[in-house]
Amino acid sequence: MNTVFTILVDGVTYASWLFIVALGLTLVFGVLKILNIAHGSFYALGAYAAASFVGWAASMHWAPAFSLVAMLLAAVVVAAVVAPLTERGLLRFFYGRDEVLLVLVTYAMFLILEDVTKLVWGTNPYYVSEPYGLFGNLNVGVQTWVGYDFALVALAVIVGLLVWWGLNRTRQGKIVLAVIHSAEVAASMGVNVSRVYMLAFSVGIFLAALGGAFTAPMISVQPGVSVGVIIVSFAVVIIGGLGSIEGAAVGALIVGLARSLAVHTAPVAELFSIYIVMAVVLVFRPEGLFQRTQARKI
Amino acid sequence: MNQQNSGARHIRHAAALYAVAAAAMLCASGAKAQETFKLGIVSFLSGQAAESFGIPAVNGAKVLVDAFNKGAAPAPYNKVGFGGLKIEAVYVDENGGATKQVQELRNLYDRENVDAVVGYVGSGDCLAVAPAAEEMKKFLILYDCGTPRIFEDNKLQYVFRTASHAAMDNVALVRYMKARNIKAETFNMINQDYAWGQDSKKDFTLSMEKLYPNAKAGEDQLPKFGAGQYGTEISALMAKPADVTHSSLWGGDLQAFILQAGPRGLFKRTQVVFSAADHVLPGLGEKMPDGTILGARGAYGLMSPKSALNDWWWDLYSKAYGVYPVQAPYRMVQSLLGLKLAVEKAMAANGGKKPNAEQLAAALKGQEWDSPAGKIRMALGDGHQAIQDTAIGKTRFDAAKKMVVLDDIQRFPAECVNPPATMKAEEWIKAGFPGAKGCP
Repeated sequence: MNTVFTILVDGVTYASWLFIVALGLTLVFGVLKILNIAHGSFYALGAYAAASFVGWAASMHWAPAFSLVAMLLAAVVVAAVVAPLTERGLLRFFYGRDEVLLVLVTYAMFLILEDVTKLVWGTNPYYVSEPYGLFGNLNVGVQTWVGYDFALVALAVIVGLLVWWGLNRTRQGKIVLAVIHSAEVAASMGVNVSRVYMLAFSVGIFLAALGGAFTAPMISVQPGVSVGVIIVSFAVVIIGGLGSIEGAAVGALIVGLARSLAVHTAPVAELFSIYIVMAVVLVFRPEGLFQRTQARKI
Repeated sequence: MNQQNSGARHIRHAAALYAVAAAAMLCASGAKAQETFKLGIVSFLSGQAAESFGIPAVNGAKVLVDAFNKGAAPAPYNKVGFGGLKIEAVYVDENGGATKQVQELRNLYDRENVDAVVGYVGSGDCLAVAPAAEEMKKFLILYDCGTPRIFEDNKLQYVFRTASHAAMDNVALVRYMKARNIKAETFNMINQDYAWGQDSKKDFTLSMEKLYPNAKAGEDQLPKFGAGQYGTEISALMAKPADVTHSSLWGGDLQAFILQAGPRGLFKRTQVVFSAADHVLPGLGEKMPDGTILGARGAYGLMSPKSALNDWWWDLYSKAYGVYPVQAPYRMVQSLLGLKLAVEKAMAANGGKKPNAEQLAAALKGQEWDSPAGKIRMALGDGHQAIQDTAIGKTRFDAAKKMVVLDDIQRFPAECVNPPATMKAEEWIKAGFPGAKGCP
């Protein structure tokens, strides 16, 4: 019973981290039809910016709780600065082109941003572990969990609900949904599609940066942090269905629980567990769990 | 008038041509007089291994090459450059996988025309590039990677490794535990799922079987390289409590593991032993749990022996970068010191001319030299694989110094923790370390 409980807790905490990042990835694909290879770089930028902001807050002797606000601000700043630069300055020139070309463009962005982070922050690691201790510990049997992990679960739920509400219950969200359905028809109805693209891309980048910012206290922020997260995020959105918010949530939970089950029962199959789940889903649902089969436009 | 002008133009033209030709010849003779030794240095300049290994090693190479070129290193390394040849270093990023590295190595030899290459942290990269250098008959020093298989499974002529292989690290770790009476009736492990982690796990397990025959292995976690998130693995380690928890994690993975496992109390419930962890101490500071037993893959950094050469090297690196040198720059430096002596020995036997790959290989084979970490001896792999002393210590944060220090440092002679030339590492450990000498 204890093992089952531990598997569930570990699976859900891992899934919450993954969901925040994967949600941004799936949103950008849903609206802009871009499989954003550089998504991990925005995650890394969020982590680096959080390291700088939290360090700055500490140097100002502000209350430790303010570090959470500093991390949130870091994600906002990354989205506000980098998203318009990359979307207006680069991506918009490739809209309407082959999706494979856009994958290559975002791969180039990934390589450029890797070097940009090194130019700005150098190669030495940054540590911002202070927020990790803000929520205390939780003891259950032989296990001790850090409260921060559960705070991340709450953050993921809030972020997921906000994005769902924003898309389905607001006028702006309905416009975004219209663009997702058909950019051409939306444009003919007077929707400023370029603006919607930039908005959606900014929200996607904000979510990636938010994931990075709130992961920063658990890791050493250094070159290379962008690589691991993007691969497993792709697995999540492929399982859930590219462009689906519900799919990202369920996909993250499936990956988190599958991985947790493997680590606790057959550690050698940890990596395999994620991709076997993905393969099984693709066999029965090639479009992913929450993606409707779509007729090809001619 | 026209003829006069034309004649004057011809004279000026001829004079200009002469001047250009003379300048070109001067340049050519100057270039010949300033013949250099072109050295390819390959390490991680980007990616996850850059911060802990690649950049510090390259930084170490830069200050040492600079000191060599100024003739500022202490004797017997005080000749300018390599035997009077100024060293021209070409730095290449190791990131990108083994296939890319083979291509980059070929480029270094064929396009850059380097005289030698020193490089490679990744065991997979070393396994890939060694046959390529051998096929091209070009001189290659592997300075860092740990897998024992390179010289145990192959007989190579042009390839050398100037640092001990990974078996030493885990044999020394278990010997340290035994010497300090560390209780180890049960042990858990967490190692990365690739050549380094798998080899480390095997060597530690086999050593435990010999020195702690009653110890039982528990959790055997194998996260992927660069996982970053270890919450689930930590839960698994805590769910099966053990006296000792072993790991060969390194770099960002090791830092993330410590930052996540520390607050959860893992280090208080089990004696954690790391085989290669000295490089995270300067960065982690007080976040590094006290009482952790660790090695550095040699007597490096805070465990380096007292010597004039080590003092010089420590100061050189510390003043340049504001941090003391850890294992990666130490291993780079011991390779460059060995290469320097080999080049100079080969030049002496070659009438003072720059040696070719065969002459370099003959000069380094079976060689021994002093390094900041002690004596390096090319004793294994038919004179191509080094052995060296190592050390293990225990962490303590010193609040006064505001840094992690290492207590209870125990040194192990090379012959105690490395197999003899006649045996493979695995066979040697399984046989109970026959011929081990000088063990404390």
